[in-house]
Amino acid sequence: MDAHIQVKNLNVHYGKQQALKNINIDIPKNQITVIMGPSGCGKTTLLKTFNRFLELTDGTQITGEVLLDGQNIYDRDVDVTEVRKVVGLLAQRPSPLPMSIYDNIAYGMHIHKMKRDRKEYKAAVRHYLEIAGLWEEVHKRLHDPATSLSIGQQQRLCLARGLAVEPEIILGDEPTSALDPISSQNIESRLLDLKDQYTTVIVTHTLRQAKRLADYVIYMYLGEVIEAGPAKEVFSNPQHERTKAYLEGQI
Amino acid sequence: MGFLKKKRWQRRHLMEAFMKFIMQVSLVFVAGALGLILWIIVVRGLPALSWDMVTKIPEGGYYMGKGGGILNAILGSLYLASGGTLLAMLFSIPIAMYLKTYLGDSKWGRYVRLSLDVLWGIPSIVYGAFGFTLMIALGIRASLLAGILVLALIELPIMTRAMDEVIRRMPVDLEHAALALGSTKFEVALRVVTRQMLPGITTAILLGFGRGIGDAASVLFTAGYTDRIPTSLMRPTASLPLAVFFQLGSPYPEVQQRGYAAALILTVIVLAVSLGSRWLSARLNKYTIK
Repeated sequence: MDAHIQVKNLNVHYGKQQALKNINIDIPKNQITVIMGPSGCGKTTLLKTFNRFLELTDGTQITGEVLLDGQNIYDRDVDVTEVRKVVGLLAQRPSPLPMSIYDNIAYGMHIHKMKRDRKEYKAAVRHYLEIAGLWEEVHKRLHDPATSLSIGQQQRLCLARGLAVEPEIILGDEPTSALDPISSQNIESRLLDLKDQYTTVIVTHTLRQAKRLADYVIYMYLGEVIEAGPAKEVFSNPQHERTKAYLEGQI
Repeated sequence: MGFLKKKRWQRRHLMEAFMKFIMQVSLVFVAGALGLILWIIVVRGLPALSWDMVTKIPEGGYYMGKGGGILNAILGSLYLASGGTLLAMLFSIPIAMYLKTYLGDSKWGRYVRLSLDVLWGIPSIVYGAFGFTLMIALGIRASLLAGILVLALIELPIMTRAMDEVIRRMPVDLEHAALALGSTKFEVALRVVTRQMLPGITTAILLGFGRGIGDAASVLFTAGYTDRIPTSLMRPTASLPLAVFFQLGSPYPEVQQRGYAAALILTVIVLAVSLGSRWLSARLNKYTIK
């Protein structure tokens, strides 16, 4: 397996409570990996170690390593803003920035000084809105506030915004849980379209979504990884009793 | 049936009616006091208000009832308060941002907030005396500049704490959204927090301006008073609160009336600035995330 993210001996404590216990996993490149498990099992915590979001919460202790292409992102001399540029995040609820639709997409490219002039920015904004399947709906009102969009459109805007800084990895923290079924389906099909170009890691609590999206599955329980492997194998032939119970709906 | 009206006489419904009544009474009290103040200023000041009053400086014998106006005090106050507000903004915006972005609720953050709250509570006459002592030490005479500096000092804690309270209500999701794109904390503060919180920041600046333009005690020592319009930062200047104070203290009824007129002008200026900035922040509000 061509691992893009490698987690080694990762332990996370919130204060005295241990949220992740000695995690060791590899996440394959340019596939969709789904992290599943009952609520409170540490799925989101694990996801947030990949873009160093955990350290935004006070009192969090992290030990161990998370390697991106072999580089530990928790090394002292790593620039956290560069990590987050490479590792995009699609949050649970869409959270557009307080600016226009256009500026929402351009913001990230601006702060990283990725384009030379207005023309390039304009072209890039259009490009990413098209990828997110939003261009047709918004091209006549690019300078309206982003909040004038529906929730589903906002989530696609957030996807476009994340892609605009040219990440290699997309993290999704239950990215469809706030959306209606049609919008959810829309986001799911975008993620499937993009999976050859990006390493995607999705946290979900719905088994059906996991089955629709996953190439690779990680099953967690009480802060530990119980089972990890290619989706086909895990879904059809789980090795562990707990995984089996979860897949059969007993947890 | 459970919908009968006798339920209205239950204790919890009586409690609600009683509490609502108390709230309404306090509202009437406050509104009444404000109305009364405005009423007195208008009734006593309006007759003395004339075109001369706002376009001329005092002529000889003005303080005994002869001709002229208080343009010196109007302009003086505008210069003083605008200068003080600009200067206070220059410091309070970075302090508020620093508090939010880097100190947060840490020990140091609490310490800074406590200090600002203490500074807020210090009477302005103390600021005036402090400024005066400093001026003597530095050999500066009463001047527009000294007045601006002291007003900036008075406005700083108000502005900073008001901004701080506003910025603390910044939705955390919004900050995280910007951080997730690889923003530095500074970029989040500059490009996202200020945009989201612009209406609140405007209100904070306005609070500072209001306190600055209405303050008499601090400018008494530091800006002095003169019948001329200030032509440089090093000259003394008149101000509206002191114009009110001096004229109300006069034994001549017509001069007292002009004191009320000066108060009316001051009130109108504060009202105009207030409405103007509300209009502005409503326009800037367009992109704010509700």
